[in-house]
Amino acid sequence: MTITTIDRPLIAVPTELARGRGGGGPAPKRIVVAYGFWIFILSDMIMFSALFAAYAVLRGNTAGGPTGTELFNLRNVFIETMCLLLSSYTCGLGALSAERRHPGRFLIFGAITFVLGAAFLFIEATEFARMVEIGAGPSRSAFLSAFFTLVGMHGVHVTSGLIALVYLAAQVIAKGLGAAILRRLLCWSLFWHALDIVWVGVFTLVYLMGAP
Amino acid sequence: MNGSDRLFEDRTPGVEEQEATASYLSYTVGLALAIVATIASFVVSQTNLLWPPGIPVGLMVLAFAQIGIHLVFFLQLGSGPDHTNNILALAFGVLIVFLVIAGSVWIMVNLTSNMMPT
Repeated sequence: MTITTIDRPLIAVPTELARGRGGGGPAPKRIVVAYGFWIFILSDMIMFSALFAAYAVLRGNTAGGPTGTELFNLRNVFIETMCLLLSSYTCGLGALSAERRHPGRFLIFGAITFVLGAAFLFIEATEFARMVEIGAGPSRSAFLSAFFTLVGMHGVHVTSGLIALVYLAAQVIAKGLGAAILRRLLCWSLFWHALDIVWVGVFTLVYLMGAP
Repeated sequence: MNGSDRLFEDRTPGVEEQEATASYLSYTVGLALAIVATIASFVVSQTNLLWPPGIPVGLMVLAFAQIGIHLVFFLQLGSGPDHTNNILALAFGVLIVFLVIAGSVWIMVNLTSNMMPT
């Protein structure tokens, strides 16, 4: 008389079918990596929330200087928003082509994403330069300090995203679309989409609510 | 159906190890919805389409709607088992973000209203 449950051979379930609930071993690396990067993105969001809170508190403290109504150009903001939104779209399509192992198509979509992101940054930098020129720099008032910190921090993130995109494109050209590079691409596309989410908050709170 | 069969059927649609996590269609639908939400935000802020004192609330609603669109169509956050952890982490993140923003604004508005008039 044997205990059948022990004798029964274990069914070897491929790891990629594991779903993080203990069955079939650990979850696939792709899921784990994306989860870790998601935690990073959420911590980044929490940092942004502090900057949003600072801006929301300080937006009225213009110290006699220019207000948002006088400074903001909504037409440019709309163009910026569309650039970032479209770049998020092409980034998604690029990630999709990479997963389907089309390096050429990925590079084309990556290039479009880069151009759109760079256009966004160019418009933002020109706006900043114009504001500093007319004496509305970050040292003018608490409102402008908070504005430059929040919007500038988003711009810094976009810049680092563009640098990472160039780095990834170079890796794809040099090494092709291996599993490790696909994971990096997945993380990068998460980052880029998250930046667009932050921008939704920025253009709503800063620009649309600031310019009647 | 025994246990291993269930394991093989237990899949999130569209989320498989080396297959695409989404379709071109999903991104295109997301883009269209996001553009509609963006244009609606700009129109609402610039016109009297909404009752003027309600415009900030309307803008916030549109912003939340657009963030939801981004999460579902661009970040592909779904209800499948692969996403349980991601959704929980997101819920915690949203809680902290809400506490930081709402708490700061609440405290500072209270402080301002208690300041001695200058």
